[in-house]
Amino acid sequence: MCGIAGIYGDISKQKAPAFLAKQMAYQLNHRGPDGSAYYNDEHALLIHTRLSIIDIEGGEQPIHNEDNTIWVSFNGEIYNYPELRNDLISKGHQFYTHTDTEVIVHLYEEYRQDYVHHLNGQFAISLWDKKNQQALICRDRTGISPLFYTQENNCLYFASEVKALLSVLDTPPKLNLQALDQILSFWSPVSPNTAFENIFEVKPGEQLVFDLDSQSLTPSIYWDYPYTPKSEAHICDENEASEQVASLLEDAIKIRLRADVPVGAYLSGGLDSSILVSVLKSLNHGDLSTFSLTFDDADLDESSHQKTMVDYLNTQHFQTRCQYSDIANDFLDSIKHIESPIVRTAPIPMGRLSALTQKNNYKVVLTGEGADEIFGGYDIFKETKLREFWSHQPDSSWRPLLIKKLYPYLDMSQNKANSFLKAFFGGGVDQPNQPLFSHLPRIASTSKVKIFYSDQVKAALNHNAEEQLIETLPQQFNQWRIFDKSLYLESKTLMPGYLLNSQGDRMLMKHSVEGRFPYLDHRVIEYAAQLHPKLKMKGFNEKYILKKAMQKYLPDDILKRYKQPYRAPNIPSFFNDDPPAYVEELLSREYLDKTYYFNSAKVALLLKKIKSGRAISQKDNTALVSILSTQAWHYHFIDQFESNFKVPAPESFKIHRIS
Amino acid sequence: MTTETTLRKFIMENYMFTEDDTELKNDHSFLDMGILDSMGILEVIALLEDDFNITVEDEEMIPENLDSINNLLAFIQKKSA
Repeated sequence: MCGIAGIYGDISKQKAPAFLAKQMAYQLNHRGPDGSAYYNDEHALLIHTRLSIIDIEGGEQPIHNEDNTIWVSFNGEIYNYPELRNDLISKGHQFYTHTDTEVIVHLYEEYRQDYVHHLNGQFAISLWDKKNQQALICRDRTGISPLFYTQENNCLYFASEVKALLSVLDTPPKLNLQALDQILSFWSPVSPNTAFENIFEVKPGEQLVFDLDSQSLTPSIYWDYPYTPKSEAHICDENEASEQVASLLEDAIKIRLRADVPVGAYLSGGLDSSILVSVLKSLNHGDLSTFSLTFDDADLDESSHQKTMVDYLNTQHFQTRCQYSDIANDFLDSIKHIESPIVRTAPIPMGRLSALTQKNNYKVVLTGEGADEIFGGYDIFKETKLREFWSHQPDSSWRPLLIKKLYPYLDMSQNKANSFLKAFFGGGVDQPNQPLFSHLPRIASTSKVKIFYSDQVKAALNHNAEEQLIETLPQQFNQWRIFDKSLYLESKTLMPGYLLNSQGDRMLMKHSVEGRFPYLDHRVIEYAAQLHPKLKMKGFNEKYILKKAMQKYLPDDILKRYKQPYRAPNIPSFFNDDPPAYVEELLSREYLDKTYYFNSAKVALLLKKIKSGRAISQKDNTALVSILSTQAWHYHFIDQFESNFKVPAPESFKIHRIS
Repeated sequence: MTTETTLRKFIMENYMFTEDDTELKNDHSFLDMGILDSMGILEVIALLEDDFNITVEDEEMIPENLDSINNLLAFIQKKSA
């Protein structure tokens, strides 16, 4: 991946382009440490910071078409570029590099706005059509590559990370309280919102056209998850489906090996990454390197499963042990990278993993995100199935048995705790047609942190987060099965905002490592969307069709292991023997009263509870991490705004102009 | 401290994060109001066992005994009788 940034509009009224380019590029240096360059004319400034992966010598950006009237700055990878390139050459286009980037300008010449449909990959693209005085910015289908924008002084500003925008905007940043409320409901703001007021993200699968003459910014969704309406036939044939899934996934992995540097893989020890690593090995991918995190806490550690795979495939394996103190030590700086409050610490260790990868001279890894959302892997999908059953048969005596099946470690022998579980899982079972039905228990449980809001925040919030999410759902949503709806909601909220962004891109790019996501190949997604839910969740056997399709690649232990979601220690990371000083400072009454987001008296009681050693619940974890990260966000983006973003980039940082 | 005060303080400080007495009524259902989750219930049980010397049997772990200050007071009284 790389970093892109720039400005469209009458930039002659702005500061010197060379200065603006340097300011913005400097903020994105970690995304592209291999060099920075920019292009500008009277109405456009396109900036690129490069992590060189394809065409190491000739791949400098921005890149232009034959007559220099179309320019592009691009972050990401177009995996089908060799095929697109051949096709474009046969149509008469002339190339001056061997990059995937260059196919974009020629595709645009050929197909105009529709060019984006031809791309298979992960991308954030800013394209300048000088003749027509139009700028087009777009983002990949599922939200792997980030892209932010805002308008100020009749100009459109865009960048891979918000910090590059902050370095040149006149308006100082402010926390978007409505977005905070959404994060504390869904773990992610509702797109296009971000944690910053008046700064937006390009939605996954969206393209925006900025017309300079009319000053209009026109958004359009060019792709969405194509679930099948329940009235239409789903694919039900297991054998056909497993053959198709295997062949699509194998090809998705194969084209993601296209690079002029070696490609390694993250190995969690779970099903999804094990499949990737095993297919990689079978493709005769030379010496295969794998990278893993381990934890001291046995509940979180998966090293025995990682070892199973390493032994099975004989990979060159690297691992790093993440300790409680590591999370506390990395947390503050990570929030500057993430640029958002978060509700769990799980993103933080992923920064350690990318550091390990970088240290061992790898720039590119395959990683397994997306499999759970596409093939139905999470407990929330099982709970949805269970709750849907309840909603149809409220008095079924099967209910305790089903809960027991779902949570075998819970003692359900007597009436014990049954009523309490019912209160949790039964939440909203009487409203199966509520669009957010599948996610109501999680939303309710995450939202508990809102009791900590200050009076000012409570007064400022005038929109209901759930209603705001519902408003963004597509028309056809109501025609889908509840199971498909639950996959869709997960794919549109937690996955792009939290998993791919906070825990993905930002933690990878912190150490200049590019992640590649075969499960998010749109051909895999489009096929999986046609499958009947029973092929994804057979009984309570999650990702059934994926396991069936890929079983030849895996040892039995991995295939049959109990699914363990990736987690990291939360509260214990910050309250051990020697916590870093910032924890106390950011959570002090003075600082809480200064930022005004949370009620300092309530937070003091939370800290008292934590320090008393009393058992802490998941709600307490959510509260502490949410509050601490919001305070850390304020520290970086409000308190330290001037020194972090407004001082001139150092002399030693170089960027040059391409013409 | 009376039993009632001890229970109220425990619930208010640890689950509602408040010292404002008006926020908790003795007939408020912990579950319906979202004050306690299953883990919180286990902690209430631990409190009963440690501070009140009451053993809670499996079949007694039901909302009728544990789901409000009033239910807890009645349960403690019954067990101490």
